Amino acid sequence: MDKFTVSGSPHIHGDESTKKIMYGVVIAMIPTMLFSIYFFGVDAIRVFLIAIIASLFFEWVIQKYLIRGPLTINDGSALVTAILLALNLPSNLPSWMIIIGALVAIGMAKMSFGGLGKNVFNPALVARVFLLVSFPVQMTSWPKPTPITDGLSDVITGATPLGILKESLDAGKTISELTPELPTYTQGLMGEMGGSMGEVSALALILGGIYMLWRKIISWHIPVSMLLTVAIFSGIFWGVDPEHYADPIFHMLTGGMLLGAIFMATDMVTSPMTKGGQLVFGFGVGLLTILIRMWGAYPEGVSFAILLMNSTVPLINKGFKPRRFGKN
Amino acid sequence: MGILRTFALGGIHPAENKLSSNIPIETIPVPKQAIVPLGQNLGAPSKPIVKKGDMVKVGQLLAEAGGFISTPIHSPVSGKVFKIDNAIDSTGYKRPSIIINVEGDEWDESIDNTTDIVSEITLDSKQIIEKIKNAGIVGMGGATFPTYVKLMPPQGKVAEYLIINGVECEPYLTADHRLMLEKGQEIIIGTHILMKALNVKKAFIGIENNKPDAINHMMKLVKSYDDIEVQTLKVQYPQGGEKQLIKASVNREVPSGKLPIEVGCVVQNVGTAFAVYEAVQKNKPLIDRIVTVTGKAIKRPSNFLTRIGTPISQLIEAAEGLPGNTGKIIGGGPMMGKAITSLDVPIVKGSSGVLLMKKEESSRSIESPCIRCSKCTYVCPMGLEPYLLSKASKLSNFEMAENESIMDCIECGSCQYACPASIPLLDYLRLGKLKVGQIIRNRGKN
Repeated sequence: MDKFTVSGSPHIHGDESTKKIMYGVVIAMIPTMLFSIYFFGVDAIRVFLIAIIASLFFEWVIQKYLIRGPLTINDGSALVTAILLALNLPSNLPSWMIIIGALVAIGMAKMSFGGLGKNVFNPALVARVFLLVSFPVQMTSWPKPTPITDGLSDVITGATPLGILKESLDAGKTISELTPELPTYTQGLMGEMGGSMGEVSALALILGGIYMLWRKIISWHIPVSMLLTVAIFSGIFWGVDPEHYADPIFHMLTGGMLLGAIFMATDMVTSPMTKGGQLVFGFGVGLLTILIRMWGAYPEGVSFAILLMNSTVPLINKGFKPRRFGKN
Repeated sequence: MGILRTFALGGIHPAENKLSSNIPIETIPVPKQAIVPLGQNLGAPSKPIVKKGDMVKVGQLLAEAGGFISTPIHSPVSGKVFKIDNAIDSTGYKRPSIIINVEGDEWDESIDNTTDIVSEITLDSKQIIEKIKNAGIVGMGGATFPTYVKLMPPQGKVAEYLIINGVECEPYLTADHRLMLEKGQEIIIGTHILMKALNVKKAFIGIENNKPDAINHMMKLVKSYDDIEVQTLKVQYPQGGEKQLIKASVNREVPSGKLPIEVGCVVQNVGTAFAVYEAVQKNKPLIDRIVTVTGKAIKRPSNFLTRIGTPISQLIEAAEGLPGNTGKIIGGGPMMGKAITSLDVPIVKGSSGVLLMKKEESSRSIESPCIRCSKCTYVCPMGLEPYLLSKASKLSNFEMAENESIMDCIECGSCQYACPASIPLLDYLRLGKLKVGQIIRNRGKN
């Protein structure tokens, strides 16, 4: 008598898997990685390699010796965290700090919550913020991007456009006085401005975003609602007082806005489950970001905004249910 | 063509794999021994009225209805009752069945066993319902709910539309598709009979647009009638679900926990419409049906006209044998069908297909942690949150499961199909529904 498999329906499965999703995100980050290598050269490669090796190592060690669960370092999730972490760092960050960042991301933000899918906060962002408050000097001295095609030159460090903006406005300058120091829209789009490795080229980030939308890894709800909130809110202030508030496009193209909107706020694990909830989440991130940028102590607020909104996700999930069939 | 009709919430589009859609229906020989389970409808099992040693003819009553929601069963073969005993059925359990050793193929004289089409409907509504009841007709799409019950709306409820389900959204299955192509005229007459029984003025026949030949054929047939309209539906699973089809067809939403009649609709499968035609016009009880035998490894995917009680081994032989690498046998389609434990399982009134899956298609992927991607929520046609419901079931938090509407789950399997972490969501949901159902019933007792 033949033995047949007996299991409950359904007997077929779609072709999506966690691994495919994770490597899909990795593919989406490739343009940004290439741009950062183009601008920051060998140092960028160093940051990527150290972040990746350290993250995978910590994931492996913790799973093997602390959690003692099945080894899943090849599911791609630690790789995604590692690359995101690297994209959130300046290219001249000392290697040992990167390793600490990887330990914080994987060990503290991910594994201590129970591993993949259980973390409340975006691991890469937790690590970024940890490094930012621990090593404020190193985390805010940004090498100016110099295309590798220009040959090897001494690395010049400088502030980010948002840093220049904050400092100068606080010092009583007006936007028109600042214009020569700030990047043009084209420079912002291409990435010729100071910042973390993944923050510089808007174009590369948008390319990755389009790929993830097409692969249905992310939906438009969080990025659109976040960016729209930023645009409207900053637009109002800019419209009223363009000498003391930067215009919406400047806000879009600078800092971690697009990196956050496309890759960080959309993280499945730490964002709401329904479309309605995602719209609210995006709105919250956008609003908090602009509040911090305009009136906070830090020039940049995307990381804090996303982490703060991460903590509201369980509440949002409770409040925003899908429309039930047959119930009004 | 404009935007095609479909249902609003969720839905998936699995590979269609309709391997047998161009294969005409073929009658397969009567079996040597017929195994006729007594529980073939949703509701109470039937009560046998024959005993060991009785001689029976095709169409003769074997068992009568065992309650209000129950149906009689007729002999699908002629011969001698060998025994009434437990035999394995599609549930995997041994259940009471009437086993008949076949001798010849002698039909009851009252049955018109020809293919001549009788179009004139002479019976009135009451007589039609009585006839359908006595012919043992159940929902042929697989739900096996007694058809006559659906034709008697409860006090105060009025049927406005009859919707004939020609969706066949399950991958692989083509029984309804072939039936529409080959027995279209009979289905139309059956539809008119059902309309007369329900006293409705309008019927829709919903067909997904992956069956353009069936759509064209049925459209041609209804051209001369303005009370029946063929609707082309966008391909989307689970459109064959009653509530989804009503939404797609007439844009009404059956309230949670209620029946279609609440929004003035009655849904019947095309196979049921055909069985109704045969019962009312030809006096033929439900003794056979079309069964798709299919699978990627099978040599000859087929659509067989099969007597009830035929063991599936015989159908597989007729399709040129069991492929060596068969790992799983499914009664029905791949989304909602049941895995069968033995080749001795007989075809019953609700068997729409036999699907053979290759070994490599048969086992599930290893479950990994939920990454909260929401795909289960996006695809749920009932607007539920399967990730949450499965968690509630897993933690035995049935109160939460009930509050989050677990009883609305139609068990279509879309969530589990879509889950990238291969979590057996529907297993947990079924368990949760079972427990919550028990809790609700116990509450009623106190």
